[in-house]
Amino acid sequence: MSAKTANKIATSVIVAVSGLIVLVLAGLLGYILVRGLGHISFDFLTSAPETIRRGGGIGPQLFNSVFLLFLTMIITIPLGLGAGIYMSEYAPANKVTNGIRLIVEVLSSVPSIIVGLFGLLVLVNLFGFGFSLFAGALALTVFNLPLMVRITEQGLRSVPREQKEASLALGLSKWKTITSVMLPIAMPVILTGTILAAGRVFGEAAALLFTAGMSSPRLDFSDWNPFSPFSPLNPFRPAETLAVHIWKINSEGLAPDAKEIAAGASAVLVITVLAFNFAARWLGRYLYRRFTAIK
Amino acid sequence: MTAIGMSTKNLSVYYSDKQAVKDVSLDFQAKQVTALIGPSGCGKSTFLRSLNRMNDLIPDCKITGEIWIRDRNINSPDTDVVSLRQRIGMVWQRPNPFHKSIYENIAFGPRYHGTKNKKALDEIVEQSLRKAALWEETKDRLHNSALALSGGQQQRLCIARSIAVKPDIILMDEPASALDPVSTSKIEELIAELKRDFCIVIVTHNMHQAARVSDKTAFFLTGEVVEYDLTTNIFTNPQKQETNDYITGRFG
Amino acid sequence: MAQPLERQQAKPHLAEEWVGKVYTLLCIAFLILTIFSLVYFVASKGLSTFFVNGVNVIDLLTGLKWAPEGEPRLFGALPFIFGSFSTSLLAAAIAAPLGFCASVFMVEIAPKFGRQYLQPVIELLAGIPSVVYGFVGLSVIVPFFRDVFPGQGVGIAAGAVVLSIMILPTITTIATDALAALPKGLKEGSYALGATRWQTIYRIVLPTTLPALMTGIVLGIARAFGEALAVQMVIGNAPHIPRSLFESASTLTSAITLSMGNTAMGTVANNALWSLALILMLMTFVFVFIVRWLERRSKI
Repeated sequence: MSAKTANKIATSVIVAVSGLIVLVLAGLLGYILVRGLGHISFDFLTSAPETIRRGGGIGPQLFNSVFLLFLTMIITIPLGLGAGIYMSEYAPANKVTNGIRLIVEVLSSVPSIIVGLFGLLVLVNLFGFGFSLFAGALALTVFNLPLMVRITEQGLRSVPREQKEASLALGLSKWKTITSVMLPIAMPVILTGTILAAGRVFGEAAALLFTAGMSSPRLDFSDWNPFSPFSPLNPFRPAETLAVHIWKINSEGLAPDAKEIAAGASAVLVITVLAFNFAARWLGRYLYRRFTAIK
Repeated sequence: MTAIGMSTKNLSVYYSDKQAVKDVSLDFQAKQVTALIGPSGCGKSTFLRSLNRMNDLIPDCKITGEIWIRDRNINSPDTDVVSLRQRIGMVWQRPNPFHKSIYENIAFGPRYHGTKNKKALDEIVEQSLRKAALWEETKDRLHNSALALSGGQQQRLCIARSIAVKPDIILMDEPASALDPVSTSKIEELIAELKRDFCIVIVTHNMHQAARVSDKTAFFLTGEVVEYDLTTNIFTNPQKQETNDYITGRFG
Repeated sequence: MAQPLERQQAKPHLAEEWVGKVYTLLCIAFLILTIFSLVYFVASKGLSTFFVNGVNVIDLLTGLKWAPEGEPRLFGALPFIFGSFSTSLLAAAIAAPLGFCASVFMVEIAPKFGRQYLQPVIELLAGIPSVVYGFVGLSVIVPFFRDVFPGQGVGIAAGAVVLSIMILPTITTIATDALAALPKGLKEGSYALGATRWQTIYRIVLPTTLPALMTGIVLGIARAFGEALAVQMVIGNAPHIPRSLFESASTLTSAITLSMGNTAMGTVANNALWSLALILMLMTFVFVFIVRWLERRSKI
């Protein structure tokens, strides 16, 4: 076989494989949307699930997912920003810092099921939070924190050194320089990364099985007192999220329309994650343009 | 206001184990412009960045020797670097305005240092822009992004920004080397104006510029000061062979 | 009388500096404390099977039968270990060539089209939640395998296919970065000698980027190894070593997922699951160190 023929064959294989990957994603999305979209209705999105009858919805699960995402992000963002700022601006260049870097890397590769087990042991049992939104949010924080740290570091490292120096040369403190000059410039990178991280949190299930729990009390959506046990806002109630719900009805769903519900819920999940993705892209581009634009 | 200068005594700068600046002792007088010239890599920028302790940011960078402002050696560990830098302005090679409005670029420093009053800030912004010969061009668009200005305007904005916090000394690191000739001459005019109020130390590649703007000139070579004298002497009657070779363009 | 160097004013910046330093230090301390307590708790629970309940480590690692509630109680975790390794290695074997092709396409063949379409597609694949992969695997791949191959369709093959799609983005992204970072002169030199594109890729690009490609593959295997729900949904969950790829099997993660909720804390059966978690965690560390080792090599 001549080199030219080999080249042609190899090129066609590579092009074909790339096409196949696009097809797989298209097929995947198409399958989920075609199977799921038909099942999505206002009723489906708002009503409570049924255990053995058909016609159950995903209302509470959807609410739980959103609320849990919110709780997680308000814990993760300040912690992740702080730790990221430390790593990028304060950490001295020495062995200890390298050790910390290794630790962050290890934490980021710990499987989420392990994070869930850790949450079960420490948050649910030891601290006595029980299966609750709060325990779930903390477990997701553990799961998400290394990513947030990396995003912050990346963002701060993208700030030109002259910007930092200009602020310091004016006699501004390091902290003020970080918060008023560097963070605003790093914002597009941090924001984009955070939204993608939020998408990951929204779809996470394994870390939640044993922390936020696999059931939801009958929520009373007219009770907004965060301390009452049936209030949706109570952070110490168990809460099954959308992703956990999909897993549960697939493995032990008794309702006759379990498959349709799973498809509908998957479609909702995928659409949300896609929305996060597009929002991140769009916002990243928009902010980039705004910061570099000539007004 | 009594004018303040600064001086260094046996200042050496090391990057890990490489010595970039060797035992430099120089005296910068108030209301004068001192130019630091020399070929690239001769240590003049490193030296300049040591004067406001900006090299503290670089890991593995060690500075020994003394830097005196009045009766204080600021190269001592107990120096409050943040307060110190307020008194030493700095201008970089490439204009680096903050990604903020023109107004905010100037008001940012003074507001941090305690001027909260809107009127007082407006006053400072106008004064600083006037001093930097930028007021006429920008007074109608103070709240537009500073990044929309031309390179030369941005550099003058950076100068305005540094004088807004009322420093005694301004360090300039090749402030015109990234600019076109017209902008360059504007910056040079500005330097001549500013020296009435400040002690200016300027690093430059351009010997004509050094000759035009400075009162005294120090010639750096491989980390050492070869010759330091009045600018006229340096350019017309250098005492050292190396200086002569450099200014006549034989190397560098 | 000379005025002092620092202007006479309160020094808010000193307090501010302190606040910033302490705040960021607390954040990083929280992170470090978390990882240490995670390792400590998982390890102490996982080890108590051996030290408190007296199960033999070797028996657990090599035993073929898992019957923690049985009589006698048996804790042979080899089927799970086998399941985890076979699914993740097989997944990497599928995904690695695909990822390499995709990255060559994006860097060498059609950079513009690749960056514009293929890259977003691959990033989207990374964003899809694992339960959705599990659901699609269960409703598309498993029935397909059931029709085409003997058996129930569930098993290592189904798990590996689902995992291969999940780890494709990891492998592709790292391979793409490595290819794009290759010095231009290297390839041009080869072209100048009259080599075809494929010869250049095969003889120059592949060997030079090999450590980086391996990094991507190991990261992919690590992710596949730790993935729980997507695998659990399609693998069948029978606790034995299967005789074919299309026969029900189990992994470490699927066993933990399924049984953790059904055993009481503190019992042997429960502790044994923690031992599985410990194995999983130790494997994670091994993967991290392999990646570090490879990264050091690719820098040279």
